[in-house]
Amino acid sequence: MAIDAIQMSLLKEVAELDALPVGAYNIRANGESAARNTTANIDIVTKTDKPGIDIIIKPGTKKESVHIPVVLSEAGLKEMVYNDFFIGEDCDIVIIAGCGIHSCGGGDSEHSGIHSFHVGKNAKVRYIEKHYGEGDETADRGKRVMNPTTEVFLEEGASLEMEATQISGIDDTIRKTTAVLAAHSSLVIHEKVMTTGTQSAVSDFTADLNGEGCSCNIISRTVAKDQSRQEFISVLNGNAACAGHSECDSIIMDDAKVLASPQLSASCTEASLIHEAAIGKIAGEQLIKLMTLGLTEQEAEEQIVNGFLK
Amino acid sequence: MLELKNISYDAEDGKEILQDISLKIDDRFVAITGPNGGGKSTLAKIIAGINRPSAGRIFLDGEDITDLSVTERANRGISYAFQQPVRFKGLRVKDLLALASGRDSGLNDSCEILSEVGLCARDYMDRELNDSLSGGEMKRIEIAMILARGTSLSVFDEPEAGIDLWSFQNLIRVFEKMYQQTRGSILIISHQERILNIADKIVYVKDGHIERYGRREDILPELLANTATATTCQVLNEKVEVK
Repeated sequence: MAIDAIQMSLLKEVAELDALPVGAYNIRANGESAARNTTANIDIVTKTDKPGIDIIIKPGTKKESVHIPVVLSEAGLKEMVYNDFFIGEDCDIVIIAGCGIHSCGGGDSEHSGIHSFHVGKNAKVRYIEKHYGEGDETADRGKRVMNPTTEVFLEEGASLEMEATQISGIDDTIRKTTAVLAAHSSLVIHEKVMTTGTQSAVSDFTADLNGEGCSCNIISRTVAKDQSRQEFISVLNGNAACAGHSECDSIIMDDAKVLASPQLSASCTEASLIHEAAIGKIAGEQLIKLMTLGLTEQEAEEQIVNGFLK
Repeated sequence: MLELKNISYDAEDGKEILQDISLKIDDRFVAITGPNGGGKSTLAKIIAGINRPSAGRIFLDGEDITDLSVTERANRGISYAFQQPVRFKGLRVKDLLALASGRDSGLNDSCEILSEVGLCARDYMDRELNDSLSGGEMKRIEIAMILARGTSLSVFDEPEAGIDLWSFQNLIRVFEKMYQQTRGSILIISHQERILNIADKIVYVKDGHIERYGRREDILPELLANTATATTCQVLNEKVEVK
């Protein structure tokens, strides 16, 4: 199956791809595998029991990347995809996922991806995920929906750094992330979300910090504009001598609604858990500062929002 | 040249902060000083357009700018350095310098400006203007932004406040150099004798009025003499002397 121009532009948005990537990749377009490449160290196998793929990375694989973008350009397409990553010990790799929807005409388009990451001992993973929607903005257009679920299992000494971005075009999203951390493993999540119009976004994190010396840091920055709604839930369970931190920082504008509910629970006296949540409008003095540099109020607002979500 | 004509300003609660201030600034370096709460910062904000006067007019190079916005005044050549610099999550030093100078600045441009305030561009241009920077660093970056703009009127509100001793020595050097190089006017609100010492003229503002305005040589000795014989309470005087 060939990749058309609309799909190519979506690929550029979600995976910064102008051409087929170097290294291993699997590109899914309109519910089908459109292109795939494996390497000596990275194998990609189509699942036989359900839609999706297994990505198997040999122990000790370093400085390689895997791209698994998904694009939907047919209206009314709904799919649920399972992608399971098995990352061997001592790997050091980058995984770039992402989903782009171009909707035209009626009918909701929906992509639900369930990604699991089994990260072996002392392996290091950087995971980048970008969600993006575009298309006609007619009143009767179908909704663009994305519901990603991410399950992370970190073995001893493993680390995963996740960057999740959803800046525009997705009407409805429920993002669920769960993590189980063994001793001395580390999880860092940076999430950036902007909602406009009547969009809705829910982020729901749960991390079980089970191993001694493990750490988890969740940093969420969001901007809610117009009549959009956002919900941020984070649950950190400290079950050992561990360090957990979650931070949700939101700029609220217009008639938007934001709910932040960070939760901590500890069952070990050596667990150190912190949460921070802040919701507020853009500070007046920030606008004035940029206006004294010659920006109009609107330009100042754009700079502040773009910087905040950078 | 900046001219204030009969400027008054009432706070929201009706309290008179400035009363009938008239002032012409056409020298290269003018310092505004006076006791805390006397209206100095309000005066600076009125010049920058952040506060609107209750009465009176403001002229910049002959143009009435009283009704112009902060943005319009900035574009006409007024720069204003905040007493408490504003922090921005996500915006970096180089972003602010680019906005100030109106163009994307590379390492060389940033180096040119930041080295003036004693900061190494390599270390600082990618730093976010968030809580990770100290008060002293923020102050210096604030001053660097004004330098990057290079406008005809630069207003600094207590640039020395919250700055450590090392930074202060450097700060004096920055202003001495600015004085040598500026083609416009520099207006500084300050309590520091060393800053007052390099001014052409000094404005002494107290209780919302201009009490004295004149050449530094005339005003400064008077101010210093008055400080020495200040008739505040005995305990305060003793503590001031010990310092």
